This record gives sequence, structure tokens and C-alpha cells, in this order.
Amino acid sequence: MSRAGKKVKVGILGSGNIGTDLLFKVQRSEFLECSIFCGRDPESKGLQRAREMGVPTSADSIKAIQRQPEICEIVFDATSASGHLANAPILKSLDKFVIDLTPSRVGKMCVPAINLADALTEQDVNMVSCGGQATAPIARAIMKVHPETEYIEVIGSIASKSAGPGTRANIDEYTQITKDAIEFFAGVPRAKAIIILNPAEPEVWMYNTVYATLTKPDLPRLTEEIKAVEKEIQKYVPGYKVTLGPIYEQGRLIVSTQVEGAGDFLPKYAGNLDIITSAAVKVAEEYVRSRT
Amino acid sequence: MSGAEHEPMTKLKFFDSTLRDGSHAVKHQITLEQIEQYCRIVDGAGMYVVIVGHGNGLGASSLQVGLSRYSDRDMIATARRELKQTKLGVFLIPGFGTIKDDLAPALAAGVDLVCVGIHCTEADVTEQHIKYVVSQNKEAYGVLMMYHMASKERLLVEAKKMESYGARGVILMDSAGAAVPGSVEEVIEYLASNLEIEVGFHGHNNLSMAVSNSLTALESGASIIDATVRGFGAGAGNCQLEALIALMKKMGLETGVELYKLLDASEKVVKPMMAKPQEIDSVSIVSGLAGVFSGFSIHVRKAAEKFGVDPRDIFVELGRRKVVAGQEDVILAAAAELAKNKQNPS
Repeated sequence: MSRAGKKVKVGILGSGNIGTDLLFKVQRSEFLECSIFCGRDPESKGLQRAREMGVPTSADSIKAIQRQPEICEIVFDATSASGHLANAPILKSLDKFVIDLTPSRVGKMCVPAINLADALTEQDVNMVSCGGQATAPIARAIMKVHPETEYIEVIGSIASKSAGPGTRANIDEYTQITKDAIEFFAGVPRAKAIIILNPAEPEVWMYNTVYATLTKPDLPRLTEEIKAVEKEIQKYVPGYKVTLGPIYEQGRLIVSTQVEGAGDFLPKYAGNLDIITSAAVKVAEEYVRSRT
Repeated sequence: MSGAEHEPMTKLKFFDSTLRDGSHAVKHQITLEQIEQYCRIVDGAGMYVVIVGHGNGLGASSLQVGLSRYSDRDMIATARRELKQTKLGVFLIPGFGTIKDDLAPALAAGVDLVCVGIHCTEADVTEQHIKYVVSQNKEAYGVLMMYHMASKERLLVEAKKMESYGARGVILMDSAGAAVPGSVEEVIEYLASNLEIEVGFHGHNNLSMAVSNSLTALESGASIIDATVRGFGAGAGNCQLEALIALMKKMGLETGVELYKLLDASEKVVKPMMAKPQEIDSVSIVSGLAGVFSGFSIHVRKAAEKFGVDPRDIFVELGRRKVVAGQEDVILAAAAELAKNKQNPS
């Protein structure tokens, strides 16, 4: 479909794994186009790749947008938690709709399968974490069937290669925000998040497990609710799949999911990039749609 | 230590992980009373530090690995009251515990030393945590887990990162009990001659090599041995500390450790604490052979029961998938797949 010229201009801050994967998805969107791709190092691979794709780039990070605010309407922040803490007030003063892919905790948390509509009325939306995107909807489904659940735990293992320096430096922020998202979205009194990096070759696919402490699980109803969640997420992350469960073992309800990436920037194993960048693009597209 | 007999050996450091690694063997159910009794006996016995807490460290009490009977805070406070001469240590794996929720409270509760562990190729994840410990004027040591999965060159790169963050030493963990003597010698020598900081070794006993490999590590330039009384630990257990100390005494090597205090702790506290004697069963041997984390043992047996498959096959499958410590959830996935393939042989 030809909507050329009507696409909304977006800026991307951060030229690492997440920023680059996002760029691929934005360029494919029928609603969005990247008008400025910003990093800090002119020689970085991310900026070089963007230039080769014909995308306008800058090594001045957020200053590139401050200098010419009209360059984009929407800004994706894929820098780091501390990066977004610094960028947030600037982007607010420029009146940008901001989609934050760092675990900064600045904006309202959004998982599209749960609260997409709410997020569109915010100025700064936070995409939690890849683990949060993959597990919060499952945790919520468990609470829907068993509101008496006291404790939910989520585990995420990802391929080492898919975790760039930002993710590594923010590992505490990552576990903290993922835990907070489970408590917030599922309404469970207590949650915990664990993340593991696995360097195996060939690379492991993103794998997530949700555990809940339960005494009498209603497995048929849980299965039904979890299947519905799987379908909902697949609408914007086609590679998302429940691979195990729900099963019940030693007082634990267990559900595992796997995310096959679209293979945009990194190969298919890096579903952790896909799930958060796909969710972010979904928010941006809905934002555009909601205004027209 | 040929040629080193005349050097004062007091610089050797024994890290006592009995109450930490042993925690795996009893599903993290060690009581405060047992911690109290143990610490009371070994305090001042000559070990450099006594490490307490959940087997996977601070913040690791979980449905994934096992829930602790007592909170980290209570275990630390109990040990703190009893340890007057020997340092109190904890273990932390970033991704399980965080600075805010776990590390800061532990240091505030009087912990002297922190071992920050991570899979052997991922040391950059420990930067925040090691630097935090150092900033609080406590001792930080880096731990590279499952060291058999990386080359010596890669291990040096990772160890150097930990050195640059301020770690006082780097300990290699043979988490799967998969090390063969030649690799211990080669890797320890390489690290010891290329690092400014100390090098240590933590052995597992899957192939009955833990004491021997620890001695080899010392002879190859390690100055830290991390071990447990009675070998109390995950799977086949660890290097049996009192056996190593006795062996070193026989060899005329100065340890600075009072053997009888360790033997007392072994008989009076550790033996009653153990669910069963520390043995090398077939599952542990396959775990060592497959190079899979020893701590998985109990979980593998449960999964084998639930899915009606052979626990040894699960270990082999986990080895094929190259899982690392902390990936207990993959055990179920592997068992489920084996069960499915058993039903529908392809």
C-alpha cells in the first residue's frame, strides 16, 4: 500500500543492538520512517550500517534532535537507563512522544497486550524489558484465574551475543523493572525476576519461564487463558510461543515461552530484541493511528 | 609447590563455602542454629573467610533454584554474631541478586567479603557489583563459574576485567566437576602468571578429582582454595576441605588451619546437617562427563520422575544444549522433550 509521504517521522537514540533492530522494523512500517538515527561514536558499526541503509544519522546523540526539533515527532530511546534519565526532560520540553526501551522507570510502563490504549495518552512510555514483555501477560493470566496467588517469579535466559554493553551495565535495573512490571500488571503481592546470559554456540533462543506458587491450579482454565495471551502477543510478535505448560510440579505452576526473532538485525535467536522492539513499534503505530 | 618450600605459606587463603555450597545439597534448608553451631566451632580456625547463604548466593531464594528456609538477612546476622576472628563472606550472582535489594543490605549487616560470580564468559556483568563492594571498603573477589567451558585465553580476558573493577582475586569454579588435572594446571598457571591479583580454585567432585585438582591448583600458582567441610555441596559435592588440609600437612605444607576444629565441625555439625552422605552417584558422574552444573542434580531427578525419563539422559541433553548455572527451568524443557521423543520416536 502506498502511503509514502504520509509516514510519521521518528528519531532513534542509541545505535546498539536494540536501536539497530528497531531501525529495521521502523523502516518496514507503513506508518513510520526514521528521519534521524543518533549515536555517540561516528565510527560505530550501528551508525555505519544506518548510513549504508540511507538513513540520516548523527553522532551527537540527543543534541541532533535539540538542534532541529522538527526533524521528528516520535523519539525512541534505546540508550541506557541513565541515558534516558538525562534525555527525558529534554524530550519533554521538545514535546515529543517518547517510547523508552531502557529500564529507566521514567515513563508509564507499557506491555501492548495489556495496556496499549492507556499508553497512548502519555508523553513518555516505558517498554519495561524484554523479559517483562514476554512474561507480564502470562503472569496476569495466572492472576486472572487464581487471584489468590501470593508469589510469581520470572526467569529469562538470552544469548550473550544479544546483550550489548548497555544491557550488561544495566543488569540490576533490568531485574528490578521486570519484577516491578510483574507486580504492577499482574497485581501479585510479591514477584521476583532473574536473568541469565548464555554464551552457547549456536546461540540459545530467548527463553522465559513463569513460576507461580499455587496449591490447587485449575489447569484447563489456565491453559485457555494462557493460549489467549499467546495469540494476543503473536499479533505483534509473530515468533512468540508457549513451549511448555502450564504444568504443575512440586507446588509450582510452570509456563515457559520462547521467542523466535524475526532475524532483522541479529539472527533468529535474538528474540529478546524482537519482543521489545516489536512492542515499541506497535505503540508508535497505534499512536499514529489514534491521531488520524 | 616445588622450590617454594621455604617461602612462608601463610599467604594461602582457604575460603570455607560449607554453609553456602552445602545449601544446594539440602535444598537450602540449613537452619540458623546449624549456622550458629558451625560458625562457633570454625571461628578462628585459620580459614580466611566463612561464606554463608543460599547456594546461588544473595537474592537467589527462588522457585527456579529452591526457596531458602531463612532469609539472607537472618543467615548473615546469625553468622555475624559468631564470627569474631574469621571474616564473614557472601556470594552473589548478578541477575539473581541486585545491589539495592541484596548487596547493600548484606554489607550493612556486617559482611566483610563478597564473591561476585558469573558464567565464565560474562565478567562485564559483574562490574557494577564489584565496584560497589570496593566503594564500600569491603573485599571483592570475582568468580568465573563453569570455567571448563572457556579457553584459558578467554578466561584471562574475563579475569582481567574483574581485576580492573577492583577484585582482589579471581576464583575459577569447576561447577560441573568436569576439570581434568592437565587443564587445572594449564589454566591456573596461565592466569597466575598473567594477573596481578590472586588466583583461586573451587572444585567439584563428580569425577572424584576435587581434592586432587585443588592441590594441583595450589602447585600451579593458585593461592586461594574454595572448599567445603565433608565436601558438603551440590551434586557429588566439593573439595573436602579437611582432607585437603590433612594432605597438605602430610606433605609438609603450611596451611595455617587447625585441622581438629574442622574435624569437630565435620562430626558435630555438618554430618547431622546432611540429608545423605556425600557420594558420587551415577547421575553425578554423567553430570561431570556432560559438563553440566552440579547444582542441577536434585532438579534433574525430580524432572526425571515427573516425565518418566532417565536422569542421565537429561544431563546429556542439558550438556548438548550447553546450559549454564541458573538455567534450572531448561531441565523441565529437556525432560519434556525426551519424554515426547520416547512416545513418538522419529
